[in-house]
Amino acid sequence: MVAALEIKNLHVSVEDKPILRGVNLTVKQGEVHALMGPNGSGKSTLANVLLGNPAYEVTAGEIIFDGHDLMEMEADERSRAGLFLAFQYPVSIPGVTVANFLRLAINARMKAVDPESKGISISDFRKLMREKMDMLQMDHSFAGRYLNEGFSGGEKKRAEILQMAVLNPKIAILDETDSGLDIDALRVVSEGVNRLRSNDSNLGVLVITHYQRILNYIKPEFVHVMYQGQIVESGGADLALRLEEAGYDWIREKVSVE
Amino acid sequence: MVMTARKARASAPLFTQADVEALSERNNEPKWLRESRLAAWELYEGLPMPDKSDEAWRRTDYRAVHWEEAGRFASNGVGTIDDVPPANREPLIGDHQGGTLFFVNGKLVGSEIAPELRKQGIIFTDLVTACREHSDLVRERLMTKAVKPGDGKFAALHAALWTHGVFLYVPRGAAAELPFHVVMVNTHEGATMGHILAALEENAQATMLVDYLSPDLELQSGYIGATELLVGRAATLHYVGLQDWNRKTFEFSHQRAIIERDGNLDWIVGTMGGQFVKLFIEADLVGQGAGARVSGMFFADGTQTFDHDTQQNHNGPLTRSDLLFKGAAKDEARSVWQGMIKSLPQMQKIDGFQASRNLLLSENARMDAIPGLEIEADDVRCTHAATFGTLEEQPVFYLMSRGIPRPEAELMVIEGFFEELLDRVPFERVRERLRAGLEAKIVGTTAR
Repeated sequence: MVAALEIKNLHVSVEDKPILRGVNLTVKQGEVHALMGPNGSGKSTLANVLLGNPAYEVTAGEIIFDGHDLMEMEADERSRAGLFLAFQYPVSIPGVTVANFLRLAINARMKAVDPESKGISISDFRKLMREKMDMLQMDHSFAGRYLNEGFSGGEKKRAEILQMAVLNPKIAILDETDSGLDIDALRVVSEGVNRLRSNDSNLGVLVITHYQRILNYIKPEFVHVMYQGQIVESGGADLALRLEEAGYDWIREKVSVE
Repeated sequence: MVMTARKARASAPLFTQADVEALSERNNEPKWLRESRLAAWELYEGLPMPDKSDEAWRRTDYRAVHWEEAGRFASNGVGTIDDVPPANREPLIGDHQGGTLFFVNGKLVGSEIAPELRKQGIIFTDLVTACREHSDLVRERLMTKAVKPGDGKFAALHAALWTHGVFLYVPRGAAAELPFHVVMVNTHEGATMGHILAALEENAQATMLVDYLSPDLELQSGYIGATELLVGRAATLHYVGLQDWNRKTFEFSHQRAIIERDGNLDWIVGTMGGQFVKLFIEADLVGQGAGARVSGMFFADGTQTFDHDTQQNHNGPLTRSDLLFKGAAKDEARSVWQGMIKSLPQMQKIDGFQASRNLLLSENARMDAIPGLEIEADDVRCTHAATFGTLEEQPVFYLMSRGIPRPEAELMVIEGFFEELLDRVPFERVRERLRAGLEAKIVGTTAR
């Protein structure tokens, strides 16, 4: 059975200010959805709330993932259930290397399944890391660097996709992964995502973006437009092209008429 | 009304001049040493116990000390090499030690030096023996250049009554490739006063690590220490001191390095144990081009009080110093760091830096950091920084969002804070030991 992420009538506030005002969206494993919209429409808020960022307060609605009520789950449980967020602005964590951190993340998954698990062997882990870093055309020395510390914008985005590739989620949310990437890096990263979509895990993707550009590589079947904390328009891939040509003004007008 | 007579608590250590004489007698010490001990005793007796009216002690309260326990010598301090935990006995790197000195309750229980080092003329022996066998070398250096009896009440007490110690002497041009390892273990209550005297002559090189530790005991202990690092012209010393006393130990120590022209000192101080720790740490850059990097790390939990008083004295032109203290405090712990960069007038092109990074892990803990500069030259670059932070939620959330449970995520972020300094410790086995110690503190199995 394919897993689904179901967002129902979601209301979210930050410091008592409502940001999301009744979002409804369902993303199934294997599907590619794009979520577009102008700055400040609530896209990143949605992404963070889906993973349980404590900075945001859910005031109404529900989020169901693969049959679990996400509102009852901490961020680590959501991740282990198969949800992944590639952050728009990943924080740096001095003193924690990429490799150490990812090994712990894998081991946490194994221990959740089997408390007796000793975790992944060093050699298996090295092999996995090399394979995924090669796929993303990353230098192997990357594994020894402190997480996001001193990373360029593009390195940060690649590191996010590397984590996704290693953790092998069911559904991934890519929050403006295209920003800060040059065209070559964008292609490499997108190919990495597509490769995960074609393997057994049958990855479902929610691509959050301002631009059509990334959607040339990761082709969406569904496109949604968020405006003022709600999804105001949904359609097929042609909707993204229309937004690229016409901008968001017609959305604004349409909403104000309604 | 019923009056209960309460036994007055001693307000100072219980030592007497007879203790000085007996100690000197027992060690069969040369006359000069006995005389210098007695002179220090006289100085000690003339100094008041420091209290909050002294600037260096203003933020630090050591009144919880029971001098009846911590301020007298233990009579039952017998020990053997077996009292030194195996983890502290294994070689620092590879299979060979450059030299080892193990002390239990202030008594030497094991001593070794690699033959190839001895052949280079390097001396690595306990200080009591060194005072007899290398009298000339020790006499002109022991508490005459770095730590002096007049530096304070506890420096004077130490000079009068130091119980044991280490003498490392690396002659001109000699380079000790293997590290020296000293372990001081106290398995009994009472006072010990350890001394480290390391002297590197011109172009000499050495690395030394000193471990201080004690198991949990019933009564209080006192440690009145002194560390003297004499780094000669163009010499290089890597020095690591790691303290992990039990929670009933009160330490009062002076540590000072003198660095001559073009000499270099890489100095790491780790403070993890003890109930109360007051350390005076000074790097004196006396020759042109001398440099020191001083790294301090501490983690105070329970009701521990750590007070580090650091000074970087630029007394030569073109001198460089770089001090970084990183510490955390949780539970009801208390930490103080007070730093000072000083220069003599007309010392041009000096480069001094001091930074104190503090991680506050509980609302009931308290951390103070007071940087200071007293620079009497103008062509200089001297800067300082002090920061305070709590455990930030966003890095923890980030790690959790990858499936790592909260306790482990918090542990990683806090350990990560110290990693920069752990990285500077040149021995992987020691780094692992330190990480394990930090972990125990972070998850809360040590506060007692």
